Amino acid sequence: MKPFLTLAAALLFVGVTGCEGPFPQSTFEPTTSFAEDLDSLFMMIFWIGMGVFVLVEFGVIYIMIRFRAREGAEDPKPVHGNTMMEIAWTIAPAIIIVFITIPTVQVIWKDANNNPPDALQVQAIGHQWWWEFRYPELGIVTANDLHLPQGRPVSIQLNSADVIHSFWLPRLAGKRDMVLGRNNRLVFTPDSTGEFQGQCAEFCGTSHANMRFKAFVHEAADFDEWAEHFTAAPAPQEELTELEQAGLAAFREIRSPASNSCIACHAVQGVSAGILGPNLNHVGDRSMIAGGLIENTDENLASWLRDPVAIKPGSLMPNIGLSEDEITALVAYLRSLR
Amino acid sequence: MANSHDSGHTQEGPTGLWSWITTTDHKRIGIMYGATAFFFLLVGGLEALLIRTQLAKANNTFVDADTFNQLFTMHGTTMVFLALMPMSAAFFNFIIPLQIGARDVAFPRLNAFSYWVFLLGGIFINASFLIGAAPDAGWFGYANLTSTQFSPGLNVDFWGMGLQILGIASLAAAFNFIATIINMRAPGMKLMRMPVFTWMSFVTQILVVTAFPVITVALVFLMFDRMFGTTFYSPAAGGDLLLWQHLFWLFGHPEVYILILPTMGMVSEVLPTFSRKPLFGYAVVVYSGALIGGIGWAVWSHHMFASGMGAIADTYFAVATMLIAIPTGVKIFNWMATMWGGQIRFTTSMLFAIAFIMMFTIGGISGVMHASAPSDLQQTDTYFIVAHFHYVLFGGAMMGIFSAMYYWWPKVFGKLMSEGLGKVHFWITFVGLNLTFFPMHFIGMLGMPRRVYTYGPELGLESMNYAATLGSFLIGIGTLVMVFNILKTWKGPKQDVGKNPWGAATLEWAISSPPPVYNFSVIPEVRSRLPLWTEDGMSEVPDVPPEPVHVPGGSYWPLVTSFGLVGIFVGAIAKSVPIAAIAAVVLVVGIFKWGYEPFEM
Repeated sequence: MKPFLTLAAALLFVGVTGCEGPFPQSTFEPTTSFAEDLDSLFMMIFWIGMGVFVLVEFGVIYIMIRFRAREGAEDPKPVHGNTMMEIAWTIAPAIIIVFITIPTVQVIWKDANNNPPDALQVQAIGHQWWWEFRYPELGIVTANDLHLPQGRPVSIQLNSADVIHSFWLPRLAGKRDMVLGRNNRLVFTPDSTGEFQGQCAEFCGTSHANMRFKAFVHEAADFDEWAEHFTAAPAPQEELTELEQAGLAAFREIRSPASNSCIACHAVQGVSAGILGPNLNHVGDRSMIAGGLIENTDENLASWLRDPVAIKPGSLMPNIGLSEDEITALVAYLRSLR
Repeated sequence: MANSHDSGHTQEGPTGLWSWITTTDHKRIGIMYGATAFFFLLVGGLEALLIRTQLAKANNTFVDADTFNQLFTMHGTTMVFLALMPMSAAFFNFIIPLQIGARDVAFPRLNAFSYWVFLLGGIFINASFLIGAAPDAGWFGYANLTSTQFSPGLNVDFWGMGLQILGIASLAAAFNFIATIINMRAPGMKLMRMPVFTWMSFVTQILVVTAFPVITVALVFLMFDRMFGTTFYSPAAGGDLLLWQHLFWLFGHPEVYILILPTMGMVSEVLPTFSRKPLFGYAVVVYSGALIGGIGWAVWSHHMFASGMGAIADTYFAVATMLIAIPTGVKIFNWMATMWGGQIRFTTSMLFAIAFIMMFTIGGISGVMHASAPSDLQQTDTYFIVAHFHYVLFGGAMMGIFSAMYYWWPKVFGKLMSEGLGKVHFWITFVGLNLTFFPMHFIGMLGMPRRVYTYGPELGLESMNYAATLGSFLIGIGTLVMVFNILKTWKGPKQDVGKNPWGAATLEWAISSPPPVYNFSVIPEVRSRLPLWTEDGMSEVPDVPPEPVHVPGGSYWPLVTSFGLVGIFVGAIAKSVPIAAIAAVVLVVGIFKWGYEPFEM
């Protein structure tokens, strides 16, 4: 039943450009019991709605055919109403509503105040237009890649640094808004390992469409390994190659205006403490850069540094006019942060 | 010129451009509303086509991000405030006085004022395109994206002030129609004898006078935040961002019913006429319409299920929202029962009315899907919602307005529109709307959020988006057919359509087409809910007035006053005290002269 809609969608539009999919942000393939609850509510209402749909649509078509005007027919009887029938079709939708309401309310209260004590605490902060993920217990601050352990509840506190964003990870959870001045929360337990895609769902300005992220669910041991690796300090300066050292120098350089300096916004352990842009510890280990928009490769990173606004319109990271040599050095340095 | 003059003996009233500018005749104002709204419908439709062109393929670069954000903001704002609402207003103006047996609305000059303010407000908000600063924060303008910090340009000022201006026009019109419907009914036209269109319009006007003050308050807070540094929507200073959402949707949800209820009234006129049967369960249709309006006030936070309101609020708003399905379902079944046993004539108007039932039902069903708060956590802010409300507002409201247009066109202009072209218009639009909006259900549930100017090919949604774009261009072609039909009818020869070309039952069909300037030569006495289908249902209305009918002349003071009013906002946008001061003087003088002008009914 679940893949029914996915299948229907694929079949319906197969004629246009051929078969499509997979759909990485599909709500029809939940992998947590939370997302499954939402999906099964939807499917239940869908099938009830299908019944109403068939009744009304085919009813109307039947009436159109059967009662079409015919030559020389008598005028129809001027019926003004029928109390019993009208009561019946008032009660019928009311009963259907009851059937939909009960499971709806059950799910609402099941998820209410659900914050298990053993849950992994994560703070997700929406920024124009990228995601900050903090693991207060683990001392990790990262961006655009969300790493989670399999089989353990995760409690994500949702906050915003600026305007309202909405955290949406369809296959693991429904969406919830990130509102400045409020602490919203999403709690779920990832059941399957793998890579999942998410996206901002509340219009948040120019590059709303470019605010994406990935979630990686690991087996418990792999997650611990990831966490240990991510808390390790970057290599000391003397271990860097010459090119990487040049990149570090470019990173540290105070530019004019000072807000154009890398260190004004970005933090690297032992180097700088900026907070406006993504924390760059272990940036070399991340899958995506630029708000989850492009893959983290040397080339992509270079073109990002060359002109961020061209890749992500409205980007708060300006084009600071780096020379090609600086870009090459910076790419080498940033990629070394592993 | 501003003085009243007697034109009681002419059927057509004065002619010429000046007579239109100064008119207070509800019929002419109705036509002007219709023409203006139609123009804005084309503007909003063009914006939709640009949006769909951009989304036809993944990573498209047809328009840039900022342009796209302006387009979808203005598409929503234009369609809601400048196309759908004033199109309904066109029919309120022309049809309501005729349906209740009145010579005009209660306050003819206020009616002219409403129109001029609406026109100037529409120009004001669209003038933003000329300086490249069209509103770009969404038609819902969520705080704090609208703050000066995140939207420093004039874009949001144009939006906020434009909506204030349009709100004044809507409020003035709504008070006018409430007074008209309560006070101006012909003898014997009891409330429960009123045609359903007039009834639904009445409910709509009550929603307008109660809902618009709420958005006015919200917008005043916003403008104070932006212009004078107040902190209503500033969390850093103790403000709450959800305050805006509650105020906006407290207005915004009744607004949906403001858009749909009049069109429910329209199809409730069309379906009986072309089924040759009275409306099934008149009283229940009226009550359920009033109930939809009433419950519509108590469900606003279903737009905010993802905002984290808590389980109690989620439960209440989910249950309250589902309740709306009951009166809505009742209406649909009553419409079907109206057709049952009838002699259905498939005129263009009837086809649109039947399509209304079929398409609106789809929008209603998906509405229940997101009334379930947890289920909505996946649907909200995705294309599923876009599909839902376009089935309600295009498949529903717009189909209803097309139906009404073909239905009342002969009454308004004394000419029938081409049925052949009308059916071409219908079928292209019907196919186009389903091709556009049906795939959007899937696009949303398979992972595409709303209001995105681009999307990656990895979502797997390119072909469905392409289909939706094809559909939107079909709708565009259908609209061109309609424009051609209108022009052809307009330029075409005179016709004699008689008083009642469709054989309808209500009062507006008892007088000539187009109606004389005084509407009814003698105010009729109404003895039936269906006066033209009932033996002795009303007293005689002679074609020639037995004695001269006094008709009030025109006035230009409403126009002057509206210029003063809108001028103040122009001054505010331009940050120019002299402009605002001059405009304020014009406003005061206009109101004063208006007040002391001799003007008799």
